[in-house]
Amino acid sequence: MVEKKKKKKKKRPPRQEMPRQDPKERRMNFNEVALGFSEETAVIEASRCIGCPKPECIDGCPVFVDIPEFIKLVQEKKFVEASKKIKETNILPAICGRVCPQETQCEIVCVLSKIDKPVAIGRLERFVADYEAAAGEVEIPPKSEPKGKKVAVVGSGPAGLTVAGELAKMGYEVIIFEALHKPGGVLVYGIPEFRLPKAIVAREVDFVEKLGVELKTNFVVGRTVTVEEFFDQGYGAVFLGLGAGLPWFLNLPGINLVGIYSANEFLTRSNLMKAYLFPEYDTPLRVGKKAVVIGGGNVAMDSVRTALRLGAKETHIIYRRSRKEMPAREEEIENAEAEGVIFDFLVNPVEFLGDKEGRVCGMKLIRMELGEPDESGRRRPVPIEGSEFVYNCDTVVIAIGQGPNPLALSTMKDLKLNKWGYIVADIETCKTSMKGVFAGGDIVTGEATVIEAMGFGWRASIAIDKYFTTGEW
Amino acid sequence: MNQIIDKKRLAEGINLFEIEAPLIARKRKPGQFVIIRIDENGERIPLTIADVNKEKGIITIVVQVVGKTTEHLGTLSPGDSLLDVVGPLGQPTHIEKFGTVVAIGGGVGHAVCFPIAKGMKDAGNYLITIVGARTKGLIILEEETKKFSDEFYITTDDGSYGKKGLVTDQLKELLEGGKKIDLVLAAGPAIMMKFVSLMTKEYGIKTIVSLNSIMVDGTGMCGVCRVEVGGKTKFACVDGPEFDGHEVNYDLLMKRLATYKEEEKLAYDRYMQKIKDKGKEM
Ligand SMILES: Cc1cc2nc3c(=O)[nH]c(=O)nc-3n(C[C@H](O)[C@H](O)[C@H](O)COP(=O)(O)OP(=O)(O)OC[C@H]3O[C@@H](n4cnc5c(N)ncnc54)[C@H](O)[C@@H]3O)c2cc1C
Ligand code: SF4
Ligand code: FES
Repeated sequence: MVEKKKKKKKKRPPRQEMPRQDPKERRMNFNEVALGFSEETAVIEASRCIGCPKPECIDGCPVFVDIPEFIKLVQEKKFVEASKKIKETNILPAICGRVCPQETQCEIVCVLSKIDKPVAIGRLERFVADYEAAAGEVEIPPKSEPKGKKVAVVGSGPAGLTVAGELAKMGYEVIIFEALHKPGGVLVYGIPEFRLPKAIVAREVDFVEKLGVELKTNFVVGRTVTVEEFFDQGYGAVFLGLGAGLPWFLNLPGINLVGIYSANEFLTRSNLMKAYLFPEYDTPLRVGKKAVVIGGGNVAMDSVRTALRLGAKETHIIYRRSRKEMPAREEEIENAEAEGVIFDFLVNPVEFLGDKEGRVCGMKLIRMELGEPDESGRRRPVPIEGSEFVYNCDTVVIAIGQGPNPLALSTMKDLKLNKWGYIVADIETCKTSMKGVFAGGDIVTGEATVIEAMGFGWRASIAIDKYFTTGEW
Repeated sequence: MNQIIDKKRLAEGINLFEIEAPLIARKRKPGQFVIIRIDENGERIPLTIADVNKEKGIITIVVQVVGKTTEHLGTLSPGDSLLDVVGPLGQPTHIEKFGTVVAIGGGVGHAVCFPIAKGMKDAGNYLITIVGARTKGLIILEEETKKFSDEFYITTDDGSYGKKGLVTDQLKELLEGGKKIDLVLAAGPAIMMKFVSLMTKEYGIKTIVSLNSIMVDGTGMCGVCRVEVGGKTKFACVDGPEFDGHEVNYDLLMKRLATYKEEEKLAYDRYMQKIKDKGKEM
């Protein structure tokens, strides 16, 4: 009682900062940049939550984590219980706590943000998830009565993992089929170790397996098996969480020169294949002296910061608009700047130049200026005539976006796709044009976020359960 | 899973492996390949499925030692397993009755040519096979190929076996002999495919080549395997590996294949040193 009174009188502490590795140090290593809260900081940060009776934050979360409840448990120092509370609806808390853009999800709608900075929900989520893992055996929730129904999930990214985990909790027999040799999708091949350690992904994937999900890697749906065969083999429903994995290149002269990578290749070599540990690991990746990344999104930031850590002397971002229009998270731009990445704004490549061995040795760039806003609301970049100039570099990474990979889709004639080649699916039920086939995540929306993909997985699990129960499509 | 059932030495530094992979064996069509990884530290490399036994669930791959991974693979024996085998990948060969088909395999590339040639024969074509290598010891699958070929020729650069010369010399002889040829298939070093294509272009004979680009995922996700065909960028792993030989930019292919020459050498030397050190310890 006494304590409570004291607390009420006390002024609200400021939003707690998360310690990070020093930029001068971290630019040389692949260890995690953000270091996490201590118990004390976590409790201070949790104390900022006023426990709204009608919490807005929950609606900001696509998987409806009971945020005030878990924060209350942190206030009470019941960290393991807090983590379990989150896992009731979010089976990947240590991942989400690290990579979710909370500033546009739960934190933006937190009431505190109207008068102060919002509660650092993501940092608290990360803290409790790590705390539970460090505290020893992670407890597995009791299993439901087996339903005797089988579901095939294609793709082990956040969408696939979520739908699989939730369905397993309900008692379904779920098998995930993954094309690569490791589960996790973008979490293992795209997002770098220094933002999301792979041991943490492995830990949360392990949790999904412990929920009863079976994982089959090295399975390319459309090649090793087809979706039709799944139904023949007794699966009652199929979920497609294929991601948006097709790299876009620029249709410019010289694009196929040696030393020009897609961000997918660059990041896959480094993350999935561990090229940063070459020659301990067999897969090589060369960055040269001056590495240039084309693009202004999160993938570009991840690529350029990877190039830096791989030993490029100079690393640049080439972006055709200005800093203000960059789609990357502010935090990632700041991290890159602090580490010494150089940003070249309002320029765009028009040609790649090669040496006699066919290696890229430079680019021809053109200067841009900003014109009228386009459909995205950002000002459209317009080339300035006659402003071309030559720019030297020996590595180029193209990070201008990805599309849907047609590999599996082209084997499903009855599956309706939109004009960009993404699957047409209901946002709420995830139902596609094929009976029994559900889809969600980036393969429906195009490149989005981990938590949005998880939201699809979550809603699909409910819809699939309903489909099995009612038999209605 | 992925266990090596049998291993045969086909030539100096070239081994054939039979691997247990029932799902892949069931689906595979001629022209397709797998991607394998030996162990946790390993790289992913593409290998053509040279043959299958669907009943037994076995696929056959033929591997020449060209670097660390293939050297390591060569040390494995029946009973050992590969960590990862994924496939079947790539577009199957378009097989139909064309008439007379000439299939050309250069070096270990004949392992790529072998299943396609066999498929062509099964489809009722008159099959002429040319197998070329630097020297006699490097000729592979001779007896097996002879069995289903209507005509069979061997060329070696040094003349130690068959005809002295290049596969293109033999091809030229056939072409000049006035034989009506409807299709030429070529698999082997990029430079060989380039010259075969130049020659058949002169004669206006449709030519299919199988490209051996560097790959990582093999599913169209990374783009490392990109090649230029008819001036357009294609991904060898999903659009190929077979393309119209007259349209391929071979010089680009060769340059891209050399991307990691230095790193590959470093990895190989390091591996050989390790083996040597191990030998000393024992
Ligand atoms: C470099 C990078 C950084 C990112 N950073 C962030 C971030 O910080 N925060 C954030 O919220 N989002 C981030 N994103 C976006 C986020 O990762 C994606 O939105 C999310 O992963 C999509 O999830 P998904 O499950 O739909 O697909 P994915 O994660 O793409 O997973 C799809 C899986 O399906 C597999 N697959 C595809 N085809 C087949 C097939 N035919 N057979 C079998 N398996 C198949 C793929 O191999 C893959 O494993 C980032 C993306 C990238 C590329
Ligand atoms: S909206 Fe903010 S203050 Fe309110 S419960 Fe959620 S986190 Fe706490
Ligand atoms: S090997 Fe990656 S796209 Fe072909």
